[in-house]
Amino acid sequence: MPFWRRESAIPYLLLLPALAIMALVVAFPLIFSLYTSFTGYRLVRPDSLYDWVGLRNYSRILQDYDFWVAFGRTVLFLTVVLNVEFLLGLGIALLINRITWGQRTLRTIMMFPMMFSPILVGFQFKFMFNDNIGIVNNALQSLGLSDGAIAWLVDGKLAFFSIAFAEVWMSTSVFAILLLAGLFAMPRDPLEAAKVDGCNAWQTFRHITLPFLMPFAYIAMAIRSLDVARAYDIVTVMTDGGPAGRTELLWTLIARVGYDNSRMGLANAMAYVSTILSILFTWYFYRKLVAARRYMGGAQ
Amino acid sequence: MTATVESQRSKALKRAGLTALTFLLMVVMCVPGLWVVLSAFRPNAEILAKPPVWIPQNPTFDNFRKIFGLGTDQVAIPVGSYFMNSLIIALTSTAIALMIGMAGGYAFARYRFRGKGGIFLGLMLFRAVPGIALSLPVFIIWSKMGIIDTKLGLIIVYVSLNVPFTIWLIDGFFRQIPLSLSEAAQVDGCTRWQAYWKIEFPLARSGIAAAGVFAFLTSWNEFALASQLTRSTTSKTLPVGLLDFTAQFTIDWAGMCAMAVIIIVPALILTFLVQKHLIAGLTFGGVKG
Repeated sequence: MPFWRRESAIPYLLLLPALAIMALVVAFPLIFSLYTSFTGYRLVRPDSLYDWVGLRNYSRILQDYDFWVAFGRTVLFLTVVLNVEFLLGLGIALLINRITWGQRTLRTIMMFPMMFSPILVGFQFKFMFNDNIGIVNNALQSLGLSDGAIAWLVDGKLAFFSIAFAEVWMSTSVFAILLLAGLFAMPRDPLEAAKVDGCNAWQTFRHITLPFLMPFAYIAMAIRSLDVARAYDIVTVMTDGGPAGRTELLWTLIARVGYDNSRMGLANAMAYVSTILSILFTWYFYRKLVAARRYMGGAQ
Repeated sequence: MTATVESQRSKALKRAGLTALTFLLMVVMCVPGLWVVLSAFRPNAEILAKPPVWIPQNPTFDNFRKIFGLGTDQVAIPVGSYFMNSLIIALTSTAIALMIGMAGGYAFARYRFRGKGGIFLGLMLFRAVPGIALSLPVFIIWSKMGIIDTKLGLIIVYVSLNVPFTIWLIDGFFRQIPLSLSEAAQVDGCTRWQAYWKIEFPLARSGIAAAGVFAFLTSWNEFALASQLTRSTTSKTLPVGLLDFTAQFTIDWAGMCAMAVIIIVPALILTFLVQKHLIAGLTFGGVKG
């Protein structure tokens, strides 16, 4: 009997369309971009696609100051926003969990920022943080807290803060919702047992609630790790990497080198570095998730 | 006696305070979004007013009329065709991703096969490739194939973007349906195919709908790839079109706010409709082994 008629072939046949489209749109382009990263390809000179330069693009990246600054800034940005999102999300989830009246409404309201596309979030905060007509400055001035117009998006540090603020606003709900779902799913017995044994609120939280919530936090982290690069949209709208490259993240740098400067070979090499970074990040949290799941399965 | 009544009263008071505080917090969280929505219904003068006017004094639909080219002073941005492009691209790619995802999700939920964990992880890792990094090779290949600036080009990309997550969600929903139901149907003479359509699909339907909404929103909101793979009104989507406003010398804040409302409203309605299933899908699909 041919392979595809056997019972054991069914799952592979069912998965075939998914694997085919992923091969066509992701795997094949990734192989192609790996090749391109070893060439001096420029968009304006099509024949340079066959111009093999070996590791020159990669060695150039290694020495490229701008690249490493953007790299460091991206890591810093992700560390800050993901931790803030986790803590805020945890706080909101614990708060809503204690509410008995209107909980459903609150959960719905909480999902509001999740529906905004990153490009809209960027635009929205560009509008609000605008130094002339933005509501933030306008409100600060009306309340008498500041007399001059604060240049939120023009000063490098403030611009970085504004972008991080936008990112946190957009994605805190992901953590809040998943952690809240974890709190709902939590069994009551261990909590009561801890109370009987004389644990105080903090001890109960630290040793029972938090370990139980961790798989949910890992789900949130795994989901977030799939779309952290959406920060590109926010930065593009709000500052486009400016002022003077002070908010340049890895992703905006790639777009600038590849499309604006049309140095595709170099951009592809950079893109490869960022892709590997993203994949490691996702892989790490996926592993954590699987481990936590196994642990929970054993505990129950 | 009075002491316990007292303490009960203070407890109730505390609880009410906590509830009020939480509601206040949530409202504050929504202010940035609401501000844009409110500004879409204001004349430009009110947007620029100092001190700020919170509630629109003269609500108007002029901004919407203007960006659709219906008003007296026209805006040269074809929002109408951007909207249609977005709708066609998002709906088509969602439908295709759902079909592929249903087959894949079913395979993961119901069969044991070699390489299962590896394939699942592989799909997820593919999804983790940053949009802008993927756009470089796709841009080159698509222009060689001549599908740059076509709806088809973007639809293909969005299907691949949505397949991994659709599989994750649908896998989770199928797992929640007891295997014995389908087995009972097969004992009664259904084929596995019939059992799927008569038993398992109807039970997982709402979950599949949630996965569809998720896929639709991903396509509807995507920017990094669309901004490079589209050029003109034949394929530009709403998020890309939003940047048209900033490209002009003076930013038309009122027009942008109106366009923002056009982008957000469909997303808002869809998410509210399926939010319960969405949360269930995200957690159960991920936690239950």
